[in-house]
Amino acid sequence: MSVSIQRLEEIKKDFLSKQKVFQKTIRVCCGTGCISSGALKVLEKLRTALKTEGLDEKVKVIETGCHGFCERGPIFVFGENDIFYQMVGKRNIDADVSALIETVKSDKIAQNLLYPDPNDKTKKFVATREIPFYSGQQKIVLHLNGYIDPESIEDYIARGGYVALHKALQMKPEEVIDWIDRSGLRGRGGGGFRTGRKWRSCREAHGSPKYIVANGDEGDPGAFMDRSIMEGNPHAILEGMIIGGYAIGSNDGYIYVRDEYPLAVKRLTKAIEDARRLGLLGDNIFGTGFRFDIRIFRGGGAFVCGESTALMQSLEGKIGEPKAKYIHTVERGLWDKPTNLNNVETWACVPLIINNGWEWFANIGTKNSTGTKVFSLVGKVNNTGLIEVPMGLTLREIIFNLGGGIQKGRKFKAVQTGGPSGGCIPAEYLDTPVDFDTLTELGSMMGSGGMIVMDERNCMVDVARYFLNFLVEESCGKCVPCREGVKRMYEIVDRICNGEGREGDIEHLEELGKAVKLGSLCGLGQSAPNPVLSTIRYFREEYEEHIKHKKCRAGVCKPLITIKINEKCNGCMVCARNCPVSCISGEKQKPHVIDQSKCIKCQICYDVCRFDAVTIE
Amino acid sequence: MVKFKIDNKVVEAKEGEYLLDVARRYGFSIPTLCHHEALGSDGRCRVCVVEVKTRWRKRIVTSCLFPVSKDIEEVYTASEDVKLVRRTVLELLLARCPESDVIRYMAAKYGITEPRYKKDTDKGKCILCNMCVRTCENIVGVSAIGIIGKGPEKKISPPFREASDACIGCGACVAVCPTGHIFMEDKDGIRLIWRKRFELAVCPKCGRYHAPVEQLEFISKKTNVPMEELLVCTNCR
Repeated sequence: MSVSIQRLEEIKKDFLSKQKVFQKTIRVCCGTGCISSGALKVLEKLRTALKTEGLDEKVKVIETGCHGFCERGPIFVFGENDIFYQMVGKRNIDADVSALIETVKSDKIAQNLLYPDPNDKTKKFVATREIPFYSGQQKIVLHLNGYIDPESIEDYIARGGYVALHKALQMKPEEVIDWIDRSGLRGRGGGGFRTGRKWRSCREAHGSPKYIVANGDEGDPGAFMDRSIMEGNPHAILEGMIIGGYAIGSNDGYIYVRDEYPLAVKRLTKAIEDARRLGLLGDNIFGTGFRFDIRIFRGGGAFVCGESTALMQSLEGKIGEPKAKYIHTVERGLWDKPTNLNNVETWACVPLIINNGWEWFANIGTKNSTGTKVFSLVGKVNNTGLIEVPMGLTLREIIFNLGGGIQKGRKFKAVQTGGPSGGCIPAEYLDTPVDFDTLTELGSMMGSGGMIVMDERNCMVDVARYFLNFLVEESCGKCVPCREGVKRMYEIVDRICNGEGREGDIEHLEELGKAVKLGSLCGLGQSAPNPVLSTIRYFREEYEEHIKHKKCRAGVCKPLITIKINEKCNGCMVCARNCPVSCISGEKQKPHVIDQSKCIKCQICYDVCRFDAVTIE
Repeated sequence: MVKFKIDNKVVEAKEGEYLLDVARRYGFSIPTLCHHEALGSDGRCRVCVVEVKTRWRKRIVTSCLFPVSKDIEEVYTASEDVKLVRRTVLELLLARCPESDVIRYMAAKYGITEPRYKKDTDKGKCILCNMCVRTCENIVGVSAIGIIGKGPEKKISPPFREASDACIGCGACVAVCPTGHIFMEDKDGIRLIWRKRFELAVCPKCGRYHAPVEQLEFISKKTNVPMEELLVCTNCR
């Protein structure tokens, strides 16, 4: 028997009536970040305590996907009054669980679990919506993340899930494509290609069968956008894919997930099984005769497999090496058949566009970059985590309003966007609205949405070296410019960091970088020089200082720095006690001295000194 | 048929034909290192790049894989960007394989005599063109060797770096290798290749060693030609 819209309505009613017995709900973030901060341990204790108090039948505890504010995990949010508890169980797990029980019983707010304003320690926020990290966001893709139980299809349906699929199946396939096109949706995985246009090319391509692929091979260091969607709301991806399959004329979908994301694999597997059980996947969906099914393919974790052609090679069981895209994958992709690949975040946008109309989506964001974008905001900001903002918000708004500014009140230096092969954008462009085109103009890119904030203690040459090292490791090695060229770029930058930079190195890097960009086979190689080229473009003087004056102003490149103790030293001995190689000597209450021959430049003395007596030169 | 210009000369080509073939047909010289007419193209070496101007944009493409279409207006085989990519690739390959005469010769043509980089000492003459692997898989049909590892440490090897059961010792990989990297030695009736020893067959007519027994058995099985016939060397047949 095929599924019907009435059946969805029944499931919704049934689910909601079951919720009525609960007087309270606690939404526990069970995203990977919070799990590693110990959320599951607190959760277990909370469940036991609720049982002991006889409250387990009255309080619903939902294990949700990522709430985004990973810096502050574990996170527990009370459903009705939106009380936001953070770092629960971090200091005293039993006391914190008791505090949770108190809140359940008497709505008493535990002050020590509230989020303090990073700029005013006396101020605390009670409700989620009051916290700037959340209030500055516009969650549409992540609107159910943190609310629903990702392992319950009923919960998804109760919040309007799969209605978009029903609606799309009543439309003509061309009409669905037209909506996606008019919405202005562009690929969220990096390239920013118009999704509607891609779908249309795939629909019009000759050949069958046709395939639908969801790219969940997120590999950027410090990025977890796709992961959070797969773990927090897997049905949104499935629903988008089924709609896509109908529009394009495909009956087979694949989700390519990296195997390093076991929770995502588990939740997607469960979601697919549940969707099959209800007839939302399989034959004759909603009685329309349309058949669609989805399989999961677990990737081995090579960064390059996020590139569409390499991903398809890997899916075919071959070595994950990219192929030339002169003939597009929408014409000849997986097994040489027309294949439409989109990032998981792109797929998750699809049901929203169908439900709310393309005009609604097109009105969010900027003219050429519509909708929202999920970013993982990490690095030297106060509030690290996952955020979703409308396109066109400025970097300043993201970093200083949502991100709460730079840690320890230090000075902002640059933000690296677009993943390892993105670029670094300096302070003078903080007021740039973030969208696909402006980031590219600045020599960086949107990529999948990584945002790494750097402060004055980040050396830009060292930053370039870090990303190059990653790219050398992750280059598949198929084509010469990327395999050999990026390695040589790394060697040069490494030499500069070690104080062995030579006259002409910068020009050499620029020339080699240009050749690698022009000559490489795939997007990885074509963008691999970005970290170097963008840091040279905006921070050339730092390269010159390293090369000519053998100086690292950020105090990062060890061979170029000397750590000294000045006359401010009052002989408190803290530095001497903390020095791991015991190279600091001196008498109590008299200035201390560092033995430069033994110093390993770990900078612990600098960090522990409370009198500004330790300097890095 | 489509008409466009290569370096200002009007050429004609079929849609879908690769630029490299068209250019060579009209006498343009375009270097290649991973292309072979029996194997087709792979897009690895990047020395065959040319610059293509279409209605929308100008860009660098590998001529071995770029299909002719109506959109092409003009192709440049020696523009500044083309020369930059080729020169860079050859300098990088020379640093990887300083012992290779082929690479040294080609690099010299682009003005590179010494690479600016520290020379590799562990790569031999292998430029990872993958032609040996493709020959073994697509021509010989045994897939005895493949690519292992990734990035700069990629290597060609039999599985697990051990002597492979699949290898028949035919030496087709050696024949196709553009730089002469693959080691093969015939000595005292024994062929050594890819860590495996092969007994060489003796021609009953002229008495010389001519091919590994395993290779002849493989051919016999595939073609149903009896071993007795195959044992006679090609000169004496």
